[in-house]
Amino acid sequence: MREQFAGILSRCSADYVESRFEQSQATQISYRGGKLEEVSRTYSSGGNVRALVKGGWGFACFNSVDRLGSYVDLAVKQAKLTRGEEFAIPSMEPVVDMVEAPVKDNAADTPLVKKKQLFDEYNDIILTSPQIQDSRISYRDVNRKVIFANSAGSYIEQNKPDLTLRLTAIAQGNGEIQQAGLSLGSVGDFSAIENLHDEVKEVAKRAAALLHAPQAKGGEYTVILDPILAGVFAHEAFGHLSEADFVYQNEPLKQVMVLGKRFGGKHLNIVDDATIPGLRGSYKYDDEGTPASKTYLIHEGILVGRLHSRETAARMGEKPTGNARAINYLFPPIVRMTNTFIESGGASFEEMLGEIKEGVYVRNWYGGMTSLEMFTFSAGEAYMIQNGKLAGLLRPVVLTGNVFVTLSNIDAIGSDLDMNQGGGCGKGGQFPLPVSNGSPHIRIRHCVVGGR
Amino acid sequence: MDDLLRILDFVQKRAEQAEVFRVSSQTVSVDFEANRLKQTQYRESTSVALRIFKKGKVGFAFGSGVNDVATLVAMAVETAPFGPSANFEFPSLNDYADVAVFDSEVPKIAMEQMAELGSQLIAKVKEHTPELLCDVEVTKGVSSVHLVNSRGGEARWDRSFFAINLEGMLTKGTDMLFVEDSEGSCRFITGVNILANRLIRQLELAKRKTAISTKQLPIIFTPQGVASALLPPLLFAFSGKAALEGTSWLKDKLGERVFDTKLTIWDDATLPYRLGSCPCDGEGVPSQRIPLVTKGEVTSFLYDLQTAALAGKKSTGSGRRLGDRPPVPNISSVVIDEGKERFEDMVKDMREGLIVERLIGAEQGNLLNGDFSGNVLLGYRVADGNIVGRVKDTMVSGNVYQVLKEIIGVGNEARWVDGVFLVPHLYCPILSVATKT
Repeated sequence: MREQFAGILSRCSADYVESRFEQSQATQISYRGGKLEEVSRTYSSGGNVRALVKGGWGFACFNSVDRLGSYVDLAVKQAKLTRGEEFAIPSMEPVVDMVEAPVKDNAADTPLVKKKQLFDEYNDIILTSPQIQDSRISYRDVNRKVIFANSAGSYIEQNKPDLTLRLTAIAQGNGEIQQAGLSLGSVGDFSAIENLHDEVKEVAKRAAALLHAPQAKGGEYTVILDPILAGVFAHEAFGHLSEADFVYQNEPLKQVMVLGKRFGGKHLNIVDDATIPGLRGSYKYDDEGTPASKTYLIHEGILVGRLHSRETAARMGEKPTGNARAINYLFPPIVRMTNTFIESGGASFEEMLGEIKEGVYVRNWYGGMTSLEMFTFSAGEAYMIQNGKLAGLLRPVVLTGNVFVTLSNIDAIGSDLDMNQGGGCGKGGQFPLPVSNGSPHIRIRHCVVGGR
Repeated sequence: MDDLLRILDFVQKRAEQAEVFRVSSQTVSVDFEANRLKQTQYRESTSVALRIFKKGKVGFAFGSGVNDVATLVAMAVETAPFGPSANFEFPSLNDYADVAVFDSEVPKIAMEQMAELGSQLIAKVKEHTPELLCDVEVTKGVSSVHLVNSRGGEARWDRSFFAINLEGMLTKGTDMLFVEDSEGSCRFITGVNILANRLIRQLELAKRKTAISTKQLPIIFTPQGVASALLPPLLFAFSGKAALEGTSWLKDKLGERVFDTKLTIWDDATLPYRLGSCPCDGEGVPSQRIPLVTKGEVTSFLYDLQTAALAGKKSTGSGRRLGDRPPVPNISSVVIDEGKERFEDMVKDMREGLIVERLIGAEQGNLLNGDFSGNVLLGYRVADGNIVGRVKDTMVSGNVYQVLKEIIGVGNEARWVDGVFLVPHLYCPILSVATKT
């Protein structure tokens, strides 16, 4: 295959050409309505070609690699149609590498019977809890093998195993329906989702407790975010703004996102790092063949970096960071996050709590969205804080705010950094991309909480 | 085509019943980023979904770009022992009423023509606001769908689509404004004026910024607002599956008046040239116009074959396939009947209130309960019957069943949103609005 790629890619009349070929197998299992609803298997194979001509890209994807030459021609023709403002793609040493990702207890090799048995146990725990109406379990494991080659002579093979599990307990009573959930993930390691029986029980209990919990009164509060939700905040609110493809063509936004500008207190450090072993956002090379890196986005409160593809780096005169990722062969790579987190500070949870007269403690993740400036994300759990003490469960709340204001309103950062592996990121129609995010507990002043 | 029958033949030898569903598609999209032509994409793919009955259980496998039928069959056989009961029969139909979903113009359109449409659109919008940065995607596609099953059922049809999506972004310091609209159907879109004018209207209304305070206020949802805020929590409840499991808030409310009598809502897969239309669903059950809500009364849920069998109902032809998953009950096109009120009169009627054009994150609320809560990405404040400007840092929260129980008015002009919702303005009496103090 390597020779075939090299031959075709080196012959074409474009400034740069790359190709990815991919095979994947997946297993999905879902429970609903109290029982196993679906077990399905998926098998997929296909590839793509991307060509660059004078600053314009052409992209063609296909199922059969047999006619690779004609797809290269099509991509080049499209690139010529699209050509516009040129840029010099950063030169890169050709990389030839076969990356083996050894997976402990690979889910792809775990028999269906064993998977079903585990989920049956979790399902029973949820369903036998008081006031539970229904359970939802949604599981997927996938094994992807990706081959990358480009006209500069790189040839890289990588395995990308991934696994996600979401458990939801749905409680019902007094004409109300409430739910609580747990999201988990791993780099294909099935043992990462075993032995969670106690946690599952807690989820079911919490769903039932929500039936009797009051709704927060909408308005502005001091909030404490747990590591999971603060990680979602780092990802949604700030991480997306650090993606250079949002910035490089937008002059006013460039002025806002000037490197060296202060965004938060000296205690604030935000990092994106694809090189940490064993996290869902980790890899050795991105989908343009650039080696992965650790990138400080905010260091001691100052904006010091952003995430790049080869094109955005060239257009902004900065260095590629290895953040060009594609969800599968149907899409070209775009600038994405990997493992994004707020580094630990020095505050303890008790100190943060003790100083709050009235506030909300928000935990766990339900969803999040951003429009760059404005973010909104929802907490799976919320507790009222009164006079420095936790004062009772609330209905799940949605937090919203302006990212620039909110970053500077972070006034305390804990020391208990924890990474959440249960997320999936969506951008440009590519969802869910394996990522992880994390943080210690953080406290934010003046945060808008939606409610009645 | 007969290779599909060959696959069926191969599968039938290994299972009691079988169904093979194949989609082949080609799409082209021309993408503009920040007003500039950036990328042209071509996608070609063929996928085959296999459903089998084996020892009274349903097995499922999905293959994309895979010619290896034996592996696919082995995967379906592997899943069958864990699958749901085979409690239904595949339909034996092979003749369907025609639903027009193919425009023979679409395959002929050249990439250059698509690029030209995008350029015209951007030029027109920038004439109004020169600093606006537009991302535009012009997409066309054709696909061939072919379904066969072991009871002699067979359906096949070709479909086309053409869509333009336009997102505009205006940045002033750290203040950002997002405007967005789209048009899409099975037919070629020849002009860009309607789309451009809709966006210009949003830009015009958002020109001035204004503040709003935390309180309960009446809200007018524009058609885009209805689609982004109210439909996600509402439509979930009409799934026959959710009703059967008991998670739909409407599960025991069939025949009850739950909504305002001014509300009539349909799910209609028979509308000509609409993205949600088709002669039959993904299981070969003929498409229908289904009354979900009739003058405020809940009149139907959506069923696929398996859910219908479990619930003792008939399939409504709503078995939809999403990506690599087996069919589940889902919407096609959702239509809310027009009312009598002009939008201008709704605004005049408001002493103080909010117009919501787009909420983000609305689907993050407790959907099961009908709760929604989202940030107003684009919305305008109304004071004494006049639109005074755009609001920011504002959240709207409510419960869709409470909001739609009594509404003040239904707009007299419905429009298509996202290609699958045909909805008018809805004027709602009271919702919770939270903002920075």
